[in-house]
Amino acid sequence: MVPTLFGRIQTRLFLLAVVGGAITALITPILPLDGPMGQRYQATFVVLASVAVLGVAWELLYHLLMQWRWEKDWPTLFGLVTLVPEGILVWVLADRQILPGLPGPVPGDAFLVHFVLVWLAVWMVANGPMRVPFIRWRFRGGRVW
Amino acid sequence: MSKAPELATADLPPIVLPSTDELPPLLQDSDFWTDDMVAAAGIQVHDVPFVSIGGGMGSFVTVNYLRVAGGVPASDIKVLSNLSHPWQTYEYLTRVSQLSRRQRIRSDSQSRPDNLWGFPSYALQEALVKKSPKPLAQVLLEPVFADFYTPELDVVLKGIEREAGRIGYWDMLVQGEARLVRRRTGGGYYVLHAPRRPDGHNSGLIAFRARDVHIAVGYSGLRFLPDLQDFRARMNDYHHVVNAYEDHEHVYEALRRKPGRVVIRGGGIVTSAVLHRLIEDRRKYGLHTEIVHVFRTFYEGKHGPNQWWRRRGKHGFAYQGFNYPKSAWGGQLWSAMRRTEGDQRIKLYDLIGGTTTAWRRHWQEGLELARREGWYRTQSGQMAGLRLDGDQVVARVNVPNGSLDIAADYVIDCTGLDGDVAEHRILGDLLEHGGAGRNPMGRLDVERTFELRGSTNGMGMIYVSGAAAFGGYFPGVDTFLGLQIAAREIADDLARRGMARKMRPLRSISQWTKWVRNRRV
Repeated sequence: MVPTLFGRIQTRLFLLAVVGGAITALITPILPLDGPMGQRYQATFVVLASVAVLGVAWELLYHLLMQWRWEKDWPTLFGLVTLVPEGILVWVLADRQILPGLPGPVPGDAFLVHFVLVWLAVWMVANGPMRVPFIRWRFRGGRVW
Repeated sequence: MSKAPELATADLPPIVLPSTDELPPLLQDSDFWTDDMVAAAGIQVHDVPFVSIGGGMGSFVTVNYLRVAGGVPASDIKVLSNLSHPWQTYEYLTRVSQLSRRQRIRSDSQSRPDNLWGFPSYALQEALVKKSPKPLAQVLLEPVFADFYTPELDVVLKGIEREAGRIGYWDMLVQGEARLVRRRTGGGYYVLHAPRRPDGHNSGLIAFRARDVHIAVGYSGLRFLPDLQDFRARMNDYHHVVNAYEDHEHVYEALRRKPGRVVIRGGGIVTSAVLHRLIEDRRKYGLHTEIVHVFRTFYEGKHGPNQWWRRRGKHGFAYQGFNYPKSAWGGQLWSAMRRTEGDQRIKLYDLIGGTTTAWRRHWQEGLELARREGWYRTQSGQMAGLRLDGDQVVARVNVPNGSLDIAADYVIDCTGLDGDVAEHRILGDLLEHGGAGRNPMGRLDVERTFELRGSTNGMGMIYVSGAAAFGGYFPGVDTFLGLQIAAREIADDLARRGMARKMRPLRSISQWTKWVRNRRV
């Protein structure tokens, strides 16, 4: 899939909600987090929502960077390595308790496992299985609706 | 898998074919045919809702989409073709232009004519079959740290053969020669067809009365530039000067017997394949072939109108992974092109157009060696004429300060295929009698849905995909993925008109699992 700007944003929001949501729901109980289950879920879903919301701004930046590429494409590798800057930003905001809705401090190891697993799952689904239910998705710049 | 039957007219009643190919003048001259006119001419009529003319890759991809996504039964479709299998012309052209079944074509990992979803991609399939992560690593690293992954021709063709069996392609195929498409009074179309007789000849005429017609007849022929045509006409010589899309094996054989010089003309992917063959032969057999490469447009480096549009180039070539920038197949270029009309569209086509080849590491190594050892040199200029001088052919090349003559044993012209639509009997007839018009690039004017503008007739429509539709709202028409994009538009348009089903996520998953298990549609 070669994205358009709206396609990028829609794909991110959709996959984070569906795939990221499922992964988060599954792994939260086994992450090294303290507190009652309700608070743990609150913490992981706040982090997930931050990746989605901040991601809209990141996508604007990626779209701008893509304009320097002749093919106006976004290679598979770029979709993977952008994990680093995005992860760092969300971690800094979470660590300083700036993210609204966080119930308390977020342990670094739990954040790392959660963030990387969600990212890898979303990236892998976007690079293949997404095309199975959504046959038009790749031909419309990644637009889901 | 079932093979194409000898005479693929299995479910048509046995017919006594008319003895003549001649159309009565009334039918020849009328833009619209009535049922009575056709009956009076004694032409047998067969009713079928959807006819696809061509029977090559374009027809295959389209009917595949209609069968799988549109849920159209095989009995509602006929494919009229002079080919015995959909990849026949494609395989011929790739073979003569120096691509064997074992080599890799210029196509993306997800561009699968045999699979609507592009999943598993060719790279994933290759990784699974070969039990190697290498193809996947290449996709991960392309195009920055590795060449674009491209599939082997053999894998592509075998996949199409498998899919053809799965969708009942051989039952839809009617071999012979489609002659004309005319609008029918009351709606729909007549498609006149000369079926293949048991002796292998196409003769006599029958007609298919169809609601919709799809046309994907490919290129009208090879593009012989005027100087080449002139040389052949004057000298009656088909030996020294060849088009790369013709069988020209004799050139390589002769070079193995005796050292010689070859002039190459062009800068596209076929040029790269021909150069690769010459370089490989030289290395393999210890030959002394010399190559002079003439570029009409010589690219020294990156080129383009501004910093946002800079294409890579070097040593004369313009480099690009595929025929168009990747975003033409569904990205922002696809989106931008859909909104253009007239001159604006021509400008955008000019920007992304031009002849390009792929930057592949092993090709670069070969050329680098050839340059270093001095047996490959480039010349910027326009070929002005060809003449024979004894056993040699002399190419005159116009350069900025005059002209120069290059004597060689052979000239291989790699400048491509001809897309002039009026040259094709059916397309030319549609321009004259079918209400069709030309787009800003001179080929057939189609809507975003690939409906042929001006040819709609009552409840019926004509769709055109492939090379004939180049210059429309979608640029990559003559590519695997482009054919699939067109097929998707056509299938969705049929669904909007109530003639097919629209494929939604659940049915898509169910059809995909059928594909995986190779279950018949």
